[in-house]
Amino acid sequence: MTPSIVSLEVELVTIMILTLLAGTAIAVVRMRGLLPAVMLMGIYSFLGASWMLLLDAPDVAFTEAAVGAGISTVLVLATLALTTSRAKAQVRSPILPLTVVIITGAVLAYGTTDMPAFGDPTSPANTYPDPSYVERADHDIHVPNVVTAVLGSYRGYDTLGETVVIFTAGIGVLVLLRGSRSRPAADGEGDETGEDA
Amino acid sequence: MTRLSILRVMAKTLIPFILLFALYVQFHGDYGPGGGFQAGVIFAAGFVLYALIFGLSAVRRVAPPRVLEVLLAIGVLIFAGTGVVTMLLGGAFLEYGAFTPEHPEHGQHWGLLIIEFGVGVTVAAVMITVFATFAGRGRA
Repeated sequence: MTPSIVSLEVELVTIMILTLLAGTAIAVVRMRGLLPAVMLMGIYSFLGASWMLLLDAPDVAFTEAAVGAGISTVLVLATLALTTSRAKAQVRSPILPLTVVIITGAVLAYGTTDMPAFGDPTSPANTYPDPSYVERADHDIHVPNVVTAVLGSYRGYDTLGETVVIFTAGIGVLVLLRGSRSRPAADGEGDETGEDA
Repeated sequence: MTRLSILRVMAKTLIPFILLFALYVQFHGDYGPGGGFQAGVIFAAGFVLYALIFGLSAVRRVAPPRVLEVLLAIGVLIFAGTGVVTMLLGGAFLEYGAFTPEHPEHGQHWGLLIIEFGVGVTVAAVMITVFATFAGRGRA
């Protein structure tokens, strides 16, 4: 497989997905109702996942689709049920934020000119971590999915740390939110999700 | 609980497949895309769907908060405990080859299966807990 030569079809689909991504992002920003905005964020994540699939990263695409488009959307919806579903009207002039955003965007776009070309075999990402991991993984670990081998074994410490981060997040939510809930819950377990709105 | 029977029937039909798919992603992560993290999230999605259609109290009966709290710690313990076991067997922390010294690659495979299971348990428990805590707050 020669990653630098991408077929025309893939190129076209990439352009379509990126156009849709930009369109979704603009729609989210311009939207006043938060409920449709959350839905569009889910679509945004899903488009992102599709794009990652085109970049031959199915594991990342999988995570993005499950977490970004799935669970995050539901969690934000649950938050909206607790707060409000309409954004407050803009009161300040948008000139200053717009300037900041344009300058930041221009700097970032300028920064991309230093990036190596997509799939460039001499780029640091393709040379610095020993590329032989991909070849060695099958012999060392007998696991066809190199991503699993790298995450679980070669970089097992990292993954353990990530698991602890998720664990900490769960404990944090429990400590912050359940503490205040335990008293009202004492007088009856008659709680409903209220998601049918 | 929603009175819309189409939603109820569809949810009941879908949930077993969602959970089955999560288990497939969990234990097939060595061969195809996926692993403990994705599997945990998909497993939790099944519970979230159940909560959306049948109410939070129904989920609390299936997955009591106290059980979830224990599970979210057990997942991390499985992962870290694997490291401790490999150390006791004479290897380095998380050096799964120590399980089967004559065939390190088999031990690696076993180690990956076990730690991915730990990741899956923690992620699923955390996701269900976070959702249930958020959703249970409004009407309490």
